[in-house]
Amino acid sequence: MLVFAALVSATFAVLSRDAMRDQAWFAARLFGAFVGAAYVLGWLLYPLPL
Amino acid sequence: MPPPAARTTPPAQALIICAAAWAVPGAGHLWLGRVQKGVSLLVLLTLMFALGLWIEGRLFPFEFADPLVGLAALADLGVGLPYFLAKALGAGVGRAVAVTYEYGNTFVIVAGLLNMLAVLDAYDISQGRK
Repeated sequence: MLVFAALVSATFAVLSRDAMRDQAWFAARLFGAFVGAAYVLGWLLYPLPL
Repeated sequence: MPPPAARTTPPAQALIICAAAWAVPGAGHLWLGRVQKGVSLLVLLTLMFALGLWIEGRLFPFEFADPLVGLAALADLGVGLPYFLAKALGAGVGRAVAVTYEYGNTFVIVAGLLNMLAVLDAYDISQGRK
């Protein structure tokens, strides 16, 4: 999941920003958002019975 | 480094650029002088597609009796020549019992979809919108 998040974040950053510095910052923020959302959702779903 | 000045490409050439961008990830951006973006897309999308196949992802068949399988096949095709190369090499058979099967499918499908997005981005650049 981390590899997937990193690759998708980097691709979105390349497509949506022009300067490399902006791309790196955007990719880092997006990666953090992906991982953070997965972590929060994981804990929210934790009490639910499978 | 700032991107090259915006310019408008004739429709026929824009279509050729889109076809190139589809066939080889990043080729459209390279054609339009966005070298850093083109090389990044080539590396990222090819790596994503290859990783997906390596972890037992499947190249879905065009069977629209099951719409999700048909749509997944269309998404797989979005990555362009690497799709045909993988087919020719016999990759992408997919092993449904593998732990990483669904992860592999996700990598392969998303690589194709992201390349479609890259094609649209190349078209926008060719029309001077970006």
